[in-house]
Amino acid sequence: MTSRLEELLSKRGRILADGATGTNLFEMGLLSGDAPELWNATEPDKIRSLHQRFVDAGADIILTNSFGCNRRRLALHKYEARTRELNRLAAQHARAVAEAAGRPVIVAGSVGPTGDLLIPLGPLSEDEAVEVFVEQIEGLKEGGADLVWIETMSAIEEMRAAARATTKVGMPFAVTATFDTAGRTMMGATPEAVATFLQNLRPAPVAIGANCGVGASDLIYSVMQITEAVPDAVVIAKGNCGIPKFVGEKVEYTGTPAVMAEYACLALDAGARIVGGCCGTSPGHLAAMRRALDTHHLGPRPDVARIIECIGPLAAPPPDAGAEPAKRRGGRRRAVEAPRPNAGRMLPTAS
Amino acid sequence: MAGSDDIVLADLSDQDLVQQMHDDLYDGLKEEIVEGVNILLKRGWTPYKTLTEALVEGMRIVGIDFRDGILFVPEVLMSANAMKAGMAILRPLLVETGAPQVGKMVIGTVKGDIHDIGKNLVTMMMEGAGFEVIDLGINNAVEKYLDAIAEHQPDIVGMSALLTTTMPYMKVVIDALKEKGIRDDIVVLVGGAPLNEDFAKAIGADAYCRDAAVAVETAKSYMMRKHNQRVAG
Repeated sequence: MTSRLEELLSKRGRILADGATGTNLFEMGLLSGDAPELWNATEPDKIRSLHQRFVDAGADIILTNSFGCNRRRLALHKYEARTRELNRLAAQHARAVAEAAGRPVIVAGSVGPTGDLLIPLGPLSEDEAVEVFVEQIEGLKEGGADLVWIETMSAIEEMRAAARATTKVGMPFAVTATFDTAGRTMMGATPEAVATFLQNLRPAPVAIGANCGVGASDLIYSVMQITEAVPDAVVIAKGNCGIPKFVGEKVEYTGTPAVMAEYACLALDAGARIVGGCCGTSPGHLAAMRRALDTHHLGPRPDVARIIECIGPLAAPPPDAGAEPAKRRGGRRRAVEAPRPNAGRMLPTAS
Repeated sequence: MAGSDDIVLADLSDQDLVQQMHDDLYDGLKEEIVEGVNILLKRGWTPYKTLTEALVEGMRIVGIDFRDGILFVPEVLMSANAMKAGMAILRPLLVETGAPQVGKMVIGTVKGDIHDIGKNLVTMMMEGAGFEVIDLGINNAVEKYLDAIAEHQPDIVGMSALLTTTMPYMKVVIDALKEKGIRDDIVVLVGGAPLNEDFAKAIGADAYCRDAAVAVETAKSYMMRKHNQRVAG
């Protein structure tokens, strides 16, 4: 069955996802440290209004306010018993705005990491992680999400758990990872490794890509590696609006609407077909990106020099950007292949 | 890993054993580290010498490759766990023998943030470097920091946030320290993926620590300055 996202992609070729949720909710009165997901219940008008502003700015996909809406994160605020309800509400708010848009708008149910590391590095087994995700995804499905949008991932095992959960509930899904550590995820997975792993999943995700991280420039570089590794995939670029800065009492991001429009063009040239913004991206930025998407004539694939020229330097460049990759030191025991938890990291196999 | 390639730690000279322990820490081999620590102690090494020359030096090398993007969180966690197993043996002995204490730190992840991977790495590496670390865990409201500061009188407060929605909370804590008039008594170090140097400065922290290795270096240099001030004064 073709998902609504695939339908829209085949019609449009390139589509616009929305901007930031958390950082925009601050503007609307959310206090740092509080759970944004609770607002699905207590401030429904504000959640709908943010979705509406993104739709007005031209978003074809809106992400539900459910990034941290899993039992393990909600437990911080003692709301874990409301996991399903808060997810359902999140999807309902986005659905209501999408239905009233007068054009196709897709509701993507945002699913972030559990916040825990998986065994053997942390306390959570992969099966437990699947259960955590299933509960969240069931709520999102009940509320009317079109697909599940697994985002800001850094561990291959957790991506697999989330994908398994999505399949269990019977939803199409997209996955984006965060490459914020020397061009890799925090757990050391390269864009190629993540992309290859995701593309080999069955059922396969409808789209894959990169989100968040350390800035728009770094994200474009990751996207280039993804499109190179899996040229046939539908690729998502959802980068931060520059870098966060404290200005007076508020956090501001360095990206201007003009920079984010440039970023959108670069993302298209890098091979992305779904472009959006992550932290710091306001409806104003998104409107500039909409215009860029509608008017940009596809150019040659960018290189690092062009990325830097257009939108600024990479914040955390990989050591192998243009040079030989740095090598691990050799220990004597390693000569006989020391057992390591991530030994299969570079060549993960799909489940 | 039995077989002809196996290395018998007890057969190695002190120098080779320490070298081997650095490699084993790098490889995250916990049992081998425990064995190595016990052998050195049996050979009459002081707990402090064992800590600094075998464990701290080994973790320093791990820290360098972590900083340089050669090792990533999974490897460093395995190394830190091996270090921790060695520390578990040494800690009570260090207390008994009155080994020098570099400084005291209170550390925690800020309110709303569950992510403690970086914070745990900093804790273990700071302990390895000879600091006493009071770990407040995750999700700490400003009161928790203030209570812990009042109780433990630390030299350093460390705050960690991995989310853009939680990192502004660090400013809430620093503002509270200012209000209480104790900001200048304490070194405030902050860390977490979405942060940067300018952000740390803007919220009033003393320094941004990009990773655990940098955190240890920064903490040590602040303690050195404090020590010098004390000597000068």
